[in-house]
Amino acid sequence: MQSGSSGRPKRLQPLVDRPLSKGKGEVTLSAFGFLFSEMVQKCQNKARTVQELESRLCNYGEHVGVRVLELLTHREKGLKRETRLIPLLSFLTGSVWKTLFGRPADALERHTQNEDEYMITDKDPITNKFVSVPSDMGAFSCAAFVAGIIQGMISGADFKGTVTAHPVSNDDGSSKTIYLIKFDAEVIAREKRFA
Amino acid sequence: MSVLTFIIVGKRDNPLYELVWQMRKDEPAHLNQFVIHAALDIVEDHVWSTQNMFLKTVDKYNDLYISAFSTASNVKLMLLHDSRSEDSIKGFLSDVYELYIKTLCNPFYDVGTVIHSTSFDARVKSLAKKYFGG
Repeated sequence: MQSGSSGRPKRLQPLVDRPLSKGKGEVTLSAFGFLFSEMVQKCQNKARTVQELESRLCNYGEHVGVRVLELLTHREKGLKRETRLIPLLSFLTGSVWKTLFGRPADALERHTQNEDEYMITDKDPITNKFVSVPSDMGAFSCAAFVAGIIQGMISGADFKGTVTAHPVSNDDGSSKTIYLIKFDAEVIAREKRFA
Repeated sequence: MSVLTFIIVGKRDNPLYELVWQMRKDEPAHLNQFVIHAALDIVEDHVWSTQNMFLKTVDKYNDLYISAFSTASNVKLMLLHDSRSEDSIKGFLSDVYELYIKTLCNPFYDVGTVIHSTSFDARVKSLAKKYFGG
């Protein structure tokens, strides 16, 4: 490790030397809010339509999702991976959600008719905390970033699918977000083959 | 025992990292890499049949064995060797797996591209020396 001349801040350890363990596990909300708002603004500048904005945010989330999958699998499950759909989704809504957002997801449901669609419900996604969406943007939600994280995770584990975030208002006026996961046909076919 | 070649293969069957220790003199060049890539189909079958990441020995070529390790995102670490001692191979592959995760944590590293980092390379070589004695 290099030592700088006096007055220079201490260099961080090289990446290969840093431990993989949990560490502090917390980041200040304001730091995240600041970074995320810059991300949204950058996407907004580049995108021409609301769909493009959503897909750009989703793309950012995918980069996170792949890494989250590997890192959390290593921390929580050692040398075992998920090969089936339901355990993977349980891992996602349990451990991963707790690590990312501090609490497990509210609900995981399967669509009644379409067997390739699953829904994760989250009452208050952190991405929407400081964001107000103008009414002319329709049903856009910054939770597209979280949808991207989910999509990155499932694609990384070879369960390809598309994930979209839908804001829904409850009966009592409060709103929640539903992440709709639609798996590709070949994923469902493979699950049936192994069942 | 001697270990001949170690390759990290990405999701699109593209090599992300390669380390060759020794070539046998009478064989054509790159035969080691060819043999490892030929074993990829067999590794694919094994990947869906077990939840373990360490897949042990998956294939045999003449007197050489191929062992594989499949990570959570199905990136495959594959080793061509000629011994049957599984513990050192499992230890080596687990340690390289940890190194790979650390590489992933670098936000400037595009997932699925070749790993260029010299410190990664140096680490893998020192792990190989530690587990397989140079």
